[in-house]
Amino acid sequence: MKKDLCFGPKKLYGLKMADLSVDLGFLQLQNPVIAASGTFGYGLEFSPYLDPNNLGGFVVKGLYFYPREGNPPPRLGETPCGILNSIGLQGIGVKKFVREILPQIRKYQTPIIINVCGEEDQEYVSVVEFLNQHPGISAYELNISCPNVKKNGRCPALDPQDTFSIVRAVKKVSSLPLITKLSPNVTDIVEIALSAQQAGTDALSLVNTFLAMDVDPQTRKPTLANIYGGLSGPAIKPIALRMVHQVAQNVGIPVIGMGGIMSGEDALEYLIAGARAVEVGTANFVDPESTVKIINQMKKYCEQKGIPRIESVVGSLKI
Amino acid sequence: MKDSQAEIIHKQTWNEYILLEIYSPRISSQSQPGQFLMIRINPQLHPLLRRPFSIHSTKGSRIEIFFQNSGLGTSLLSRKKIHDQLDIIGPLGKGFFLDNSLREKEVVLIGGGRGIAPLFFLAQSLRTFPCGVKIFYGGKTHKDLPLKDRLEEKRFDLYCSTDDGSYGYKGYVSELFEATFPSLNPKAVFACGPEEMMKKISHLTQQQKIPAQFSLESMMGCGIGACWGCVKRIKKKGSEEWIKICEEGPVFRSEEIVWS
Repeated sequence: MKKDLCFGPKKLYGLKMADLSVDLGFLQLQNPVIAASGTFGYGLEFSPYLDPNNLGGFVVKGLYFYPREGNPPPRLGETPCGILNSIGLQGIGVKKFVREILPQIRKYQTPIIINVCGEEDQEYVSVVEFLNQHPGISAYELNISCPNVKKNGRCPALDPQDTFSIVRAVKKVSSLPLITKLSPNVTDIVEIALSAQQAGTDALSLVNTFLAMDVDPQTRKPTLANIYGGLSGPAIKPIALRMVHQVAQNVGIPVIGMGGIMSGEDALEYLIAGARAVEVGTANFVDPESTVKIINQMKKYCEQKGIPRIESVVGSLKI
Repeated sequence: MKDSQAEIIHKQTWNEYILLEIYSPRISSQSQPGQFLMIRINPQLHPLLRRPFSIHSTKGSRIEIFFQNSGLGTSLLSRKKIHDQLDIIGPLGKGFFLDNSLREKEVVLIGGGRGIAPLFFLAQSLRTFPCGVKIFYGGKTHKDLPLKDRLEEKRFDLYCSTDDGSYGYKGYVSELFEATFPSLNPKAVFACGPEEMMKKISHLTQQQKIPAQFSLESMMGCGIGACWGCVKRIKKKGSEEWIKICEEGPVFRSEEIVWS
């Protein structure tokens, strides 16, 4: 008897280990925490700090067909509870990715999601057609919402027609499930979400960063060389959460929520608001072990509250 | 490698310059001159990002960092007390490149202001290499040369400059180096400091065909190669690219760097 008590929280709390798995329909995740694109490198950078097998999944940094130079520095700024970036999707391109990175990350059991980028609709299609031929990928996340690659933050996710056209074109050629990543820089995000759903996306992830700027009053210069950048981190969480709630109430496909998640409680807020899974981004910079810590905090929450399955939390907002 | 809590065991302050001694046997045993640490200054959400610090020295189970109070992060860090814990990741990045051809040769280290930080660790390593080490140390005024006494105590050959002439040569440390180096005939130069200083030394050493290495400073998002925020224009195989300072640096060779 004594031995049992020593052995664990399950006996101490008097309930079974919580089941953190979530079902996206097209993909079963062992827990709802996915490392977000652009904050987790190509999946290898974090191996000194955590075992990627413990994550719900991870999204590889955005890939264009060709290598991409990115924006000039300064590319980073720090604002209260947030960071501003204008990296400009610098990257190695799909061919080098498949040659040098994919063979190394394929060994992980956790789902690998590729963030797909393109200058035009055709490039998104080319990236997906190329990656279709290479096993080891679980889904594509369509990045139609990066604010750092076109003038004034233009991107397809700002317009329902542009969103529809690109999702439709990629869906037609994709052999894998498609997650469409939405921009918060719109008046009505539900309209864009419905457009992506109508075009056949399997899930939605939201939100990408907020188009923002910062100025140094001493020099009167913008902090970023690009002037505008994308704001992320805890500063955006309440707005992102509101958008996730609005979208989740209006679509019939899974929603993956993100924006400023730093703790298990933050992640739970998104689930309660209707997200079936979450992506963790900026927190990975602050603490490379964030994702694993967040998973453990969510587990503890379930155990303390006597919640056997975390899926029961999804959309459980009490109004 | 794991991020780790490490205790401040000694602190020394000279106006806005601070030297912290931190207990970390792991970091101390793994560090090379030129590598850096990412320190989370407080567990709250502002400032959110860690801050990068060069490793100033290692001795036994301890490491030191030397920094200037010059912003929100360093200001908060400067208020930490002995026995406070710091959340540190590292050592990170690639350090200075030391090849055997430098053994028994004369080398010059040039630090501008807080740029002296990584050079003390390097100087101590080079001395045991062994190399003849000359250190050039420049600041705006004599108050910006807080480590002068320490370097003298360690019996390094020291050449100081101040912009206002309040100590040593009056003018920039790059000018002092320019006036002095022909008589020193160094086989290598290692420098860290303001961009303009490093740029000038880079041109000078390239003209004279002296190999030079520079430790670059940048704001960093993560320090581990994940955010791509800390890039510098670097020549690679004939073309120029934005290269991550945290991952492929912070030390680069003179001929690789495209100065802005």
